[in-house]
Amino acid sequence: MATELGPTPVKPASGTPEVHHGPKGVGEDNRILSQGKWASWLLAPTIVALGVVIVYPIISAIVMSFQKDAGLDPVTGLFTAGGPAGIQNYVNWLGQQCAAPGGGTVACPPGTLGGQFWTATGTTFLFTVITVAFETVLGFWMAMIMARTFKGRGLVRAAVLVPWAIPTAVTAQLWLFMFDFNGIINKLFNASILWTGSEWPAKWAVIIADTWKTTPFMALLILAGLQMIPAEVYEASKVDGASAWQRFRLITLPLVKPALMVAILFRTLDALRMFDLPYILTGGANNTTTLSILVINQIRQGFNSAAALSTITFLIIFLVAFIFVRFLGANVVEQSGATGKGKK
Amino acid sequence: MTTTAASTGLRAEQDKGRKTAQNREKWASVRTYISAAVILIWCLAPAYWMVVTAFREVGFTYDTTPWPTHVTLDNFITAFDTSFGNRFGQALLNSIIIGVTVTVISLIIGVFAAYALARLNFRFKYLVLGFILGASMFPGVALITPLFQLFTNIGWMGTYQALIIPNISFVLPLTVYTLTSFFREMPWELEESARVDGCTQGQAFRKVIMPLAAPAIFTTAILAFISSWNEFLIASQLSNEATKPVTVAIASFAGAQPNQIPYTAIMAAGTIVTIPLVILVLVFQRKIVAGLTAGAVK
Repeated sequence: MATELGPTPVKPASGTPEVHHGPKGVGEDNRILSQGKWASWLLAPTIVALGVVIVYPIISAIVMSFQKDAGLDPVTGLFTAGGPAGIQNYVNWLGQQCAAPGGGTVACPPGTLGGQFWTATGTTFLFTVITVAFETVLGFWMAMIMARTFKGRGLVRAAVLVPWAIPTAVTAQLWLFMFDFNGIINKLFNASILWTGSEWPAKWAVIIADTWKTTPFMALLILAGLQMIPAEVYEASKVDGASAWQRFRLITLPLVKPALMVAILFRTLDALRMFDLPYILTGGANNTTTLSILVINQIRQGFNSAAALSTITFLIIFLVAFIFVRFLGANVVEQSGATGKGKK
Repeated sequence: MTTTAASTGLRAEQDKGRKTAQNREKWASVRTYISAAVILIWCLAPAYWMVVTAFREVGFTYDTTPWPTHVTLDNFITAFDTSFGNRFGQALLNSIIIGVTVTVISLIIGVFAAYALARLNFRFKYLVLGFILGASMFPGVALITPLFQLFTNIGWMGTYQALIIPNISFVLPLTVYTLTSFFREMPWELEESARVDGCTQGQAFRKVIMPLAAPAIFTTAILAFISSWNEFLIASQLSNEATKPVTVAIASFAGAQPNQIPYTAIMAAGTIVTIPLVILVLVFQRKIVAGLTAGAVK
């Protein structure tokens, strides 16, 4: 491998490498210090870029969320100025209150955006729980099949990448077409369901399309976890006479759990911000409005109120991620982070 | 593993003859093939239906014959037709411009960060890793409101930069953590020997590591490009008629009749948007899967 580099023997990685800027007889501390300097230079562009595109907008959104929306009062027709609003925007969303004529607030009339917060939250969590549950079970099953040795395994592994590679916008249009009243799905099951026309069919349409699109990702993550389990463990348990169910429950499940938890975490956070699919497939009609859709609909009605809602959405997602990492043991950084001291 | 269930299982195993074991093996293999077929159909049937419909005459949009019938190329011509207000050709170009720019910027910035995270020891390493992973999971909807207001105020609405900059917020973290896990797998002893030969750390990086890292960078570039290409939320709000990418164009495809969705043309457009990705993904399948799962397993 190292032919271009001449016959110099490879220095063992455990030995202290020469440090150019340090004094003679460099110790471990100096090494880390000099690497730290290097690291900060190398990381600076990424940190700055993410600061500009993520941290700045978050802070800006939080600042905005404490401001009143300027605009015409829908009732009096008079211009109301902006200004500090305190936590009024948050109170309005959480309490589903809308501005009343002549100051104060009243319960939002049905149909307005302000009155949809809790149904949108419910819908978002419903979609998340059902799709992630389906994807985990289906994905696990697919991964178990793909982990076996059989002719055509490569073909199956390639095929699962197809739904993943299709843009969600295209997926949504494709399923809209298949769910059409005259479409293939009604024909196939000899049904006559107006899929996007009423609440539960519309919800199932979104759930089915999302499951189709994202199960492959889940299956591949779980498969990667399965492949880390050494074959000897199975051999040994077979010799010991463990049944297939015992092998699954006592070996596969515990050993694949770290990868599985990370996969579930990734998918959960992704599902909580679901937007494209319901937005295109149902337009958010029939109670398929997710929190993301609600924010987008609110933007043109008032930035500051939308900022409050997007901050709430962000906090909900953050909270779920926190619960996963803290209580369910999804150790993302450990899983994807450096392997630490044991490194070659 | 000396549970009663296990020992009875063992006894039962011994009792059975060789023939039953072979039979069971045969059955297991049959079951595997049936399962594999189910996975294939589940994954490919909807995509197949899109392509079949794309090649079907408009009058037979709802024909449910499972194989291609009334084959025509008209839908592809309709997809690029601008007379109904669709600008699909322009949208394709926009998606390429946005995707390539975002990918190049993210790679140039991200390659340094990934090198540091994979290779160097420093304080706050896990904090930085956590921050980058958190950033990749960040909901785009939390960025859209301030950006919408900011870009409105400075007159950037509908410009390319207004579409490129927000995309960096999720493509850059993806790039960094995919590259980091690829870099960790590389033969870094070569860097050590280059340094022994008198290279500086910078030279060792450029002359030894970069050529070795090229496949990893290429795979990451594909993943970055795909995620930018598929972006919809931000583009749907910040683009205009002239700069909207394909995802937005396809989501609002107009037909000759306002009340009728032009499904065959949409399926043709969808096929055009998807086929290059699918080919790319199938050709580089192994690398892509490695890159995709890099974040989840060591």
